[in-house]
Amino acid sequence: MRTSAVFIYVLLATLASAQTVPADLEKHLADLDKATKAAQSAGDNAWMLVSAALVLMMTGPGLALFYGGLVRGKNVLGTMMQSFILMAWVTVLWAFIGYSLAFSEGTSFVGGLNYALLHNVGAAPNADYAPTIPQSTFMVYQLMFAIITPALISGAFAERMKFSGMLLFMTLWMFIVYFPMAHMVWGKGGLFNASLGGKIPAFDFAGGTVVHITSGVSALVCALYLGRRKGYPHDSMRPHSLVISFIGACLLWVGWFGFNAGSALAASSLATSAFVATHFGAAAAALGWVLAEWLKTGKPSVLGAISGSVAGLVAITPASGFVKPFPALFIGFAAGVVCYLMVTLVKGMFGYDDSLDAFGVHGAGGTLGALLTGVFATKEINDVLSGKPMGFVDGNPSQVLNQAIACVVSWALAAVGTFIILKICDAVTGVRVTPEQEIEGLDLSMHGEEGYNFEA
Amino acid sequence: MKKIEAIIQPHKLDDVKEALKAIGIDGMTVLEVRGHGRQKGHKEVYRGMEYQVDLLPKIKLELVVPDGRAEEVVRTLVTSARTGKIGDGKVFLYDVAEAIRIRNDDRGDAAL
Repeated sequence: MRTSAVFIYVLLATLASAQTVPADLEKHLADLDKATKAAQSAGDNAWMLVSAALVLMMTGPGLALFYGGLVRGKNVLGTMMQSFILMAWVTVLWAFIGYSLAFSEGTSFVGGLNYALLHNVGAAPNADYAPTIPQSTFMVYQLMFAIITPALISGAFAERMKFSGMLLFMTLWMFIVYFPMAHMVWGKGGLFNASLGGKIPAFDFAGGTVVHITSGVSALVCALYLGRRKGYPHDSMRPHSLVISFIGACLLWVGWFGFNAGSALAASSLATSAFVATHFGAAAAALGWVLAEWLKTGKPSVLGAISGSVAGLVAITPASGFVKPFPALFIGFAAGVVCYLMVTLVKGMFGYDDSLDAFGVHGAGGTLGALLTGVFATKEINDVLSGKPMGFVDGNPSQVLNQAIACVVSWALAAVGTFIILKICDAVTGVRVTPEQEIEGLDLSMHGEEGYNFEA
Repeated sequence: MKKIEAIIQPHKLDDVKEALKAIGIDGMTVLEVRGHGRQKGHKEVYRGMEYQVDLLPKIKLELVVPDGRAEEVVRTLVTSARTGKIGDGKVFLYDVAEAIRIRNDDRGDAAL
């Protein structure tokens, strides 16, 4: 109403003064235009800064608590430290060169060096990615994704990886797996980038391939390479505090709104749509996992409910900005059931020790979500192909194939890359603690502290 | 003097304390312990991994009383700790050679 009133006023003013003061009017219009853009930028920037903070909250304390509660008490600090140190270390890598390798123009597979040392990354927006917010905001928002992705892997090698080996592993992993994969999916000119000139357009709204498949598959390779924890599966390795894990999972759920709805890169109706899909996916997945477990073991567990919600959040991640609410419910429910079967039946069948189920939840959930995105993506939610049909429901069945190709490439890059990196780390620092250190616990043997000093 | 060691269900501790207080027994030592007798433990399942938890939380009560009161105290203790179900626990009696109060060197029954 207000804008149309302004418009009529401007029109009348134009008619009245067309002959006399055209210069004033032009200036007036330009000022109006500038004010409108500034208002939009302020709104978008506010939301994106909050989103960035929410995504950081997913790693610390979210993931650190979720994983920390699932390990034995003697490893709680070591496990939390694996997440926390990445908040610091990946930030430094990102500033020097990581952001550039992921988001500057380069080849189809990896970005160039245009933004190295954050050169030219400042208050001016980058029109290719987010035209209404400072590029610095976009940069720091994407950094939070680069932090949580490697942290997710730590669930697979929990309770037995050497700290120095982990640092070297994560450093190489960022360069060999994450930066290239982020560029391929989100970077300008990347192989799979649907809106910025990718050759095989795949839809990945907030990181099903980049974040969850890469971390989940790398997690599996780590679990296989490092071998089982001492005593697994005969000794008791019960979670030492599901209360801690519960708090962590709830923080993950809330933080995920920044992860997915923030991926709209603006405070737009698309952000709302992604917010709704995210929440629906998590809710349905919690129910799916609990139902499957209830039928199988006779008891609905708290660990099942929170694991289910995380699985749903993972699966809805690539789809969140492309699907309607009911498909989101379906994707979530399917993820809850499938991931439950992965961590119980499949893990039991193969006998690998993915300690905290990073593969069963993120690898499996991420793949399922990426494929179902190809089924349910619709231009009614997000018209990235300018009117052309998007997913299977839009009448474009071949999109499922594109999604599958993107999955295969992520799987392959993560699996091969991780194996090579582990070989290197094994030769340089070693990757596994000694049996004595493992029995003593990582808190004491790696960090010289204990999580719980009741006598103090 | 007799030493009475009783292993009881944690939720019966308050009943036992009150019952003992009612017959004039004020001193006791309470320990949180884990164990099991004929009562089997329970099963816990975490993401499909089953764990048999055999050692259950119990309370161990220790008190030393004059010979003449031992039977009465044991009876009170057993009655107040009983639920009638498996897992109620056990009571053991021992002879005590001597008791000394650290504050003032009292010995024997006077030290209790």
